[in-house]
Amino acid sequence: MSAAREHYRAQFAQREAELPGATLPWLRRQRAEALERFAERGLPTLRDEDWKYTNVAAIEKRPFETRPAAANGLAAREVARFALDRCQRVVFVNGRFVPELSRLDALAGATIGSLAAALAREPGRVEAVLAAEPAAAHGFAALNAAFWSDGLWIDLAPGTVVEAPLHALYLTLPDGGASPATFPLNVVSAAGGAGVTLLEHYVGPDDAIYLTDAVTRIVAGEGATVRHMRLQQEGRRAFHIAEVGAAQATGSRFDSLALAFGAMLSRAGIATRFDGEGCSTELLGLYVGDGRRHFDHHTLIDHAHPRGVSREFYKGVLDGAARAVFNGRVVVRPDAQRTDALQANHNLLLSDEAEVDTKPQLEIYADDVKCSHGATVGQIDPVQRFYLRARGIDDAQAQALLVRAFAAEIVERVRFAPLRARLQGLLPGQIADEMGVSPCAEPVTN
Amino acid sequence: MLEIRNLHVSVEGKPILRGIDLDLRAGEVHAIMGPNGSGKSTLAHVLAGRDGYVVTDGEVRYRGQDLLALAPEERAHEGVFLAFQYPVEIPGVANVYLLKAALNALRKHRGEAELDAMDFLALVRDKLGLMEMDEALLYRAVNQGFSGGEKKRNEILQMAVLEPRLAILDETDSGLDIDALKVVANGVNALRNPERAIVLVTHYQRLLDHIVPDRVHVLAQGRIARSGGPELARELEARGYGWIEAQAGEGGREAAPEAGEAGR
Ligand SMILES: Nc1ncnc2c1ncn2[C@@H]1O[C@H](COP(=O)(O)OP(=O)(O)OP(=O)(O)O)[C@@H](O)[C@H]1O
Ligand SMILES: [Mg+2]
Repeated sequence: MSAAREHYRAQFAQREAELPGATLPWLRRQRAEALERFAERGLPTLRDEDWKYTNVAAIEKRPFETRPAAANGLAAREVARFALDRCQRVVFVNGRFVPELSRLDALAGATIGSLAAALAREPGRVEAVLAAEPAAAHGFAALNAAFWSDGLWIDLAPGTVVEAPLHALYLTLPDGGASPATFPLNVVSAAGGAGVTLLEHYVGPDDAIYLTDAVTRIVAGEGATVRHMRLQQEGRRAFHIAEVGAAQATGSRFDSLALAFGAMLSRAGIATRFDGEGCSTELLGLYVGDGRRHFDHHTLIDHAHPRGVSREFYKGVLDGAARAVFNGRVVVRPDAQRTDALQANHNLLLSDEAEVDTKPQLEIYADDVKCSHGATVGQIDPVQRFYLRARGIDDAQAQALLVRAFAAEIVERVRFAPLRARLQGLLPGQIADEMGVSPCAEPVTN
Repeated sequence: MLEIRNLHVSVEGKPILRGIDLDLRAGEVHAIMGPNGSGKSTLAHVLAGRDGYVVTDGEVRYRGQDLLALAPEERAHEGVFLAFQYPVEIPGVANVYLLKAALNALRKHRGEAELDAMDFLALVRDKLGLMEMDEALLYRAVNQGFSGGEKKRNEILQMAVLEPRLAILDETDSGLDIDALKVVANGVNALRNPERAIVLVTHYQRLLDHIVPDRVHVLAQGRIARSGGPELARELEARGYGWIEAQAGEGGREAAPEAGEAGR
């Protein structure tokens, strides 16, 4: 425990002066306070209720290097590999913005790019957004607040709607030697009536141990729409810890899609708070993994005001000795009458050793509300499997098809078509490409 | 085509089939009748290769090979088709995808090229017409939300597309209205030819008015208690199963008595 504290203290002392905004007193203070907070609390342990099933001792033990490695020649090739069609792109390699690999359209009323660049260009504006930063919820968030060196910056003037989805690609490419850590801080500020769709996409090599410790802060103004997606495709030995926090003003919409396929251990905390009436949110998630992967999703929807609507739908497919944790907390405050909240988490286990801990957590303090939740853990239906095999489809394909059918309820709701197509390839097993005939049926609406 | 010898099958340790003998030649249609719980579906499932049905004795040869040694998909590739008594709903898998994947798996096994999208659709439309089915059902999830009759038609649609050598229809007529029964019967009759054999599991003479069987067998207490020609079905319709069950009880381990024409 204290080893990690000493390590990051020493790193901070070394690097404080070179971090972005080192000359800005407010930011220096914010970073120093975050480091203090980390020093007090350390990283979470199994004794923390919220981390009961996710053991981060392996992160604690390893002295991660916080100084970003230089981008190497592989970056361009990797970007080409992960690029998605029909979108703007912001690329970060080892935590640093790489303009040459990025592709951004200029749009009046929208500032999109690097947070560090924005800080240098318009420190007052960044301060206005970041000063309201809540105290870090746990040690990882504190480390991020202390060490962040760059991230995505989206600042939309009232009524500005960005049509093309934004693909933010975070690539870790270690240069050998120490295990690197990156601390992306992403900030989305959508003023009244503004709209944007963004995808945070985290990737890295399978043969390196590294840590991504990311934080995303989203402010949706009155009637704004922010559609946030994250695709966690980190390398097999990586650690990935992320917090996404949204604050929604009256009548705004915040959608979140959390997709997790990679990393040895990953955790995504996703929270939104309704700060005005008539807000809506949809939280979707899909985690798919085998081996000894560990996925943790902790979500929080805070219905603090009346007439809010929330829909939450998470699914998981686990093979091998993979393990998943889902905790979906929904709070309906005393004032939040006419709240409509629905939550479900369904899991498909493909092996006997795979394991899920799923927990819906509804805290309802208002009386005129509609809330429901459900959680299931099941296996492939042997009768369905036999039916497919009896039609000549081999066992492996039958399983792959049934896994796709299970995941389809999430995949189909992904509006961003290039991502939806990419997901088919990330699901386990191969299915025959029946010449454009989609395996997925149109959803039954009833 | 199909030779079943002394087939004994247990499910969860409980003997269900207790010495079935049956011969089915190419070109023939056999009906299997018998009281509820006598083992008709068990026989059908064992032939299709369902897990959990333990063959404790006997053998099944299909076109000269040991059928029981094949995986369910291999049996399908060899031309065995089971129309399920209870067609399975598969939410999320499009009916048309299943049809196409099934047909292409079969063609691949036979060393034939996959059908292209145009030819496939032409074929399926043709069969849909035969089954008087709405094309919209193709794009829905397999059997999900289908009415009982639609599910049964869908089984026969699959059969019509896959053109099996040996089709086993487990109570495909149950739950069909009078018009649908004719449609399904037409679908089956369209498939009837000297190269194919069909097993019809049914409770009703009505289906056999439309598809006249070569042989009728009565399954009782896990054995073929009686075999005969089409007139046996009419006799059953009139007399019920009581008399056969009583005989089966007395008959013990002896060969099934023949009714009507001489046994084979
Ligand atoms: N999985 C199982 N576990 C226990 N018993 C089973 C199982 N499957 C079938 N049986 C039993 O085996 C017997 C034969 O069942 P089967 O479904 O073959 O009858 P059937 O002749 O098709 O009846 P029906 O006319 O009602 O369709 C029944 O007593 C049934 O309860
Ligand atoms: Mg039956």
